[in-house]
Amino acid sequence: MTNPTHLNTEPHFGIPGERYRHAYTPGDDFYEMLIEGHRGLSDEQSELMNARLVLLLANHVGDLRVLKEAIAAARGGVEESSGV
Amino acid sequence: MLSTYTYPRFAYRAPPELGQASPRRVPLVVVGAGPVGLAAAIDGALRGLPVLLLDEDDTVSVGSRGLCYAKRALEILDRLGAGEAVVAKGVTWNVGRTFHGRQEVFNFNLLPEAGHRRPGMVNLQQYWLEQVLVERALALDAIELRFRHKVTSVEPRGDGALIEVQTADGRYRLLADWLVVADGARSPVRRQLGLDIEGKVFQDRFLIADVVLDGELFPVDRTERWFWFDPPFHAGQSVLLHREADDVWRIDFQLGWDADPEVEKQPERVIPRIRALLDQQGYGHVGFELEWVSVYTFQCRRMKRFRHGRVLFAGDAAHQVSPFGARGANSGIQDTDNLMWKLALVMKGEAPERLLDSYASERQEAADENIANSTRATDFITPKSRVSQTFRRAVLGLAREFAFGRALVNSGRLSVPTTHRDSPLSTPDEDGFAGWMVPGAPADDAPLAGAEGGGWLLDRLGRGFVLLVFGAPGLRLDLPLEVVHVGLDGAAAQRYDARPGTAYLIRPDQHVAARWRRVDAARVHAALARATAQETAA
Repeated sequence: MTNPTHLNTEPHFGIPGERYRHAYTPGDDFYEMLIEGHRGLSDEQSELMNARLVLLLANHVGDLRVLKEAIAAARGGVEESSGV
Repeated sequence: MLSTYTYPRFAYRAPPELGQASPRRVPLVVVGAGPVGLAAAIDGALRGLPVLLLDEDDTVSVGSRGLCYAKRALEILDRLGAGEAVVAKGVTWNVGRTFHGRQEVFNFNLLPEAGHRRPGMVNLQQYWLEQVLVERALALDAIELRFRHKVTSVEPRGDGALIEVQTADGRYRLLADWLVVADGARSPVRRQLGLDIEGKVFQDRFLIADVVLDGELFPVDRTERWFWFDPPFHAGQSVLLHREADDVWRIDFQLGWDADPEVEKQPERVIPRIRALLDQQGYGHVGFELEWVSVYTFQCRRMKRFRHGRVLFAGDAAHQVSPFGARGANSGIQDTDNLMWKLALVMKGEAPERLLDSYASERQEAADENIANSTRATDFITPKSRVSQTFRRAVLGLAREFAFGRALVNSGRLSVPTTHRDSPLSTPDEDGFAGWMVPGAPADDAPLAGAEGGGWLLDRLGRGFVLLVFGAPGLRLDLPLEVVHVGLDGAAAQRYDARPGTAYLIRPDQHVAARWRRVDAARVHAALARATAQETAA
């Protein structure tokens, strides 16, 4: 896709004001939260949870210009990927 | 057995204690002459302790085990007098590349700045490391190393531990004032004492192949770590490649939980996997011989408490991680770095026994950090649920386009030392500082100017407590410790956010105990008392 102008695609995880000794830590914190959040769910339940999560975060972001670019960026990668 | 390495055989000697009715009293016994037990023994000897080191075997680590030694472990090995030999024999690297299929999706540099004596990582087969450490230990008169002396039972007592040892000539008993247990992941001592070690078993199997190549994938002075998710030569699984010493290369293939370890170890299964990697990566002209093959599983777990009275557990005996991140041997060596100065002060009567509680709390904190990082990497590398597989696939896809996606790719976060932020030994800051040399942090190295004596800062730290003073050469304090003066022009001043008169109290394990913008003797005395558990917590 063309470079997004409103969507932030730089690493952005963290708690405001907190310093991180290792740059990977806040992203890994998030990823663990995400995977743990799904623990014990069936595939169908996980799919529903993901949809709810997208909607919650989309509402939090609010800015339709950002959301439009995010949808385009997400979709682009799906159509290029080969399966597996 | 191995074509590139000849195992040394260390001499067994019959113990003089055979046939004695009462057990011999000794100050300190270390069980296990692996990297951790050897580091403990050497550190203890350098700190003035007589050490009896027992090992059931008479050679070094057999086969392919620990490989990567991180900067902090190398700095500790420097202090022990073994760093130079390890770096000289090993293969230095800083850059890791992660591929998805054929495309590179992420890379990291473990040491992005100059002005450090040691690199981010050195690869060296565990048997070489152990050989270096055994030679170092044998050169120290304070260490008595007994090979083929197998500890068969330990009975903790209020004033030490009664130890029964089996040799070819019979059994004998020791009554040790203090016992350091470094007898590895299976820890016979831990088991015999019935102590719990709890955690998570990962349902996956990995093939480890050490091979001697007759060519190279990259020159030794540009060594890198390569990791593939779903490469064309091993579809659907991951592969990790490291260069070792002596033209040996290590390749780890993820096999999946259903793989049969006995079948997968057979050369007719292993050779085509390696051939496919070499051929598909453009090294069809490179031939190889198998050096060592095994199939392993792993766990992330730790003992609830590392201290049980006068019995202290260190290394794999106390905690275990997956291999992704090189956090096993590195953290074990850091255990001994933390333990031995405290044990020396306690054994000499210069600190109360409760100082050793801080060994347990600090190193349990480090183990938790290592286990968390290792577990995260392993969960990313071996996703099990459908949703975690989908997220992994999404991250790897996004990583091709977006920086934030690359930041989430986790093929192992490599060993870094723990900053003990809440250590009871640390004095909280009164003054403002930038940077990372917070109380509890491992001291950063830096080159010193000729006027400062040259060499490296860390060489000046670590024999005892040191007061590191910046930009105040005239400062005189009446203190029972060594004072090291450093100027304000170099990398040290920048890394320690120093101004004229800034002072750091550095522990014997080179961690920051306290720091001030303006220092006086009373403050240093108070911080020293706290760092040696002389003062009880308020």
